[in-house]
Amino acid sequence: MKMTEKDCKGILVFAEQKKERIHRVSYELLGKGKELAAQLDCPLCSVVLGPPDMDVAELIYRGADIVYHITDPMAFAAPDEVLYEQNLVRLIRDVKPEICLFGATNFGRSLAPRVAAKLGAGLTADCTHLAIDQGQLVQIRPAFSENILAHIQSTAYPQMATVRYKEFNEAPRDTNRKGQIKAMEAYVSDNSPVKILEEIVKEDFDIADANVVVAAGAGVKAKEDLKMLQELAELLGGKLGASRAAVEAGLIAKDHQVGYSGNRVKPSIYIACGISGAPQHIAGMKESGIIIAINSDPSAPILNIADYAIVGNLYEIIPKMIRKLKNMKS
Amino acid sequence: MRIVVLVKQVPDMERVKFDCEAGRVDRSSAGTEINPFDLNALEAAVSIQEQLGGKIITLSMGPAAAEDALKDTIARGADESVLLSDRRFGGADVKATAKTIAAAIKKLGGADLIFAGIQTVDGDTGQVGPETAGYLDIPHISNVDFISAYSETDITVVSNVMEGSYVKKSSYPVLITVTKDINQPRLPSMKRKLSARKAHIPVWGYEELQDYIREDEIGLQGSATKVKRIEVPPAVTRKGQVWRENVEEAIDGLVEVLKKAKVLEV
Repeated sequence: MKMTEKDCKGILVFAEQKKERIHRVSYELLGKGKELAAQLDCPLCSVVLGPPDMDVAELIYRGADIVYHITDPMAFAAPDEVLYEQNLVRLIRDVKPEICLFGATNFGRSLAPRVAAKLGAGLTADCTHLAIDQGQLVQIRPAFSENILAHIQSTAYPQMATVRYKEFNEAPRDTNRKGQIKAMEAYVSDNSPVKILEEIVKEDFDIADANVVVAAGAGVKAKEDLKMLQELAELLGGKLGASRAAVEAGLIAKDHQVGYSGNRVKPSIYIACGISGAPQHIAGMKESGIIIAINSDPSAPILNIADYAIVGNLYEIIPKMIRKLKNMKS
Repeated sequence: MRIVVLVKQVPDMERVKFDCEAGRVDRSSAGTEINPFDLNALEAAVSIQEQLGGKIITLSMGPAAAEDALKDTIARGADESVLLSDRRFGGADVKATAKTIAAAIKKLGGADLIFAGIQTVDGDTGQVGPETAGYLDIPHISNVDFISAYSETDITVVSNVMEGSYVKKSSYPVLITVTKDINQPRLPSMKRKLSARKAHIPVWGYEELQDYIREDEIGLQGSATKVKRIEVPPAVTRKGQVWRENVEEAIDGLVEVLKKAKVLEV
């Protein structure tokens, strides 16, 4: 059963939830989705899979006209891609949206391809812009180590894309907004081949959330030296990041890694301490508002992309900065 | 036990240039290598085979020259390789690629375990693995950085999704995408290198796959996305103020910047 342009209408945003908390990228997609829906003159819908008592009105406050709430008391407490796929495909075949958007989270990037395969749809990964051209969705994504932007269009329906976190503004919250919530029971098979045994509880740390990132590189010699960077980060209300070199040297956990194979960040301020600036690292932070680099090597590539740079010893500079900031605060 | 490992030959991304006029990667500008994440996928397969036995088959879709990459996988522990190469496969997007690979796996008689790297360094979509699982109608587990246990019938791994680490156990068949953290790929031995050089790598084109896929499902024709144009974004210009000698002055300057950015009021 192939969907054609004629029978497809509307935009469907997949809202990712964990423990009934909706991932913020979903609100960003609703923000962008609202714009696209206005251009296409079509409804903006959202789908969330979760327990029946989950409060999903938030998606209406954030711009959805219709919320499809696929319910099961237990099944969506853990990320089971097969189960999510089966339920989403059923809904999409029923609702026939022309556009389906997923956040390019780890889960979204794992789930969307399965859904696309079942629908025989195309899928563009990791978009940073979306636009409408002659009624069609233009999916724009960086490629080739972020050096180019590819403009991609789907030739099958629905037009599907995963979209990077922190590219669009969150839809504003309006608690007076009205919309429709359509609850429906999930299809749950009890002989799923994949069993999710447990979640390993780790410290809940997300570097992508930080407004300020103070990042450590190979120029940081020892684990205890991170304390001063942590202190600086805290003074600025920020979080500690790291280059791959620092992670591989065992200084800090991988959650903190910024770069192509770590996390992409876009804070207001990025302070690179002892990071030379390999292309892989720069790919993960070059969108930051203000880039500050502290490096003793005057030829370090990071200095070329920094707004402000100090060529000098970070072991001298950071403690002095901390002292100065503390004096100002007291 | 049959383990299939998906591999791709990619350009050396540190060196390769982009031909802005032609709108494509200038592959002649740099050497090629096996996509680094695929080496982790192969290593995972080899370490399982060492315990359970069975056969490892590496599978790649690409130009004839990708035979080198497949020979390298034999040197690193694969028993057999198949190269999917045909002019008609050209221009394939994720959909057509995943379908073609799925067809090849069906022709191989299926697999208990399929390993793939989490993404390629050139395409960087990370979609071909999960989408192949979708077309094979088998489950997949993505972003795996640890294998906790395995047997003849199932495998237990740690999957990093939804800002968490989940222990998942799957019966076979299952496709698993792995990160760099899962293992340290070993280097090929001299002996294996020599025998790999003489290995025969069968090449399958559309003819070999036609019982499993239609001609309009491959290559450009089978693709569901089209690149409309390529844009080279203007380089972002940064302020570029550098302090070199006077640390005190530099710190005063930075504090001013931080003040203006309103991050001191926390």
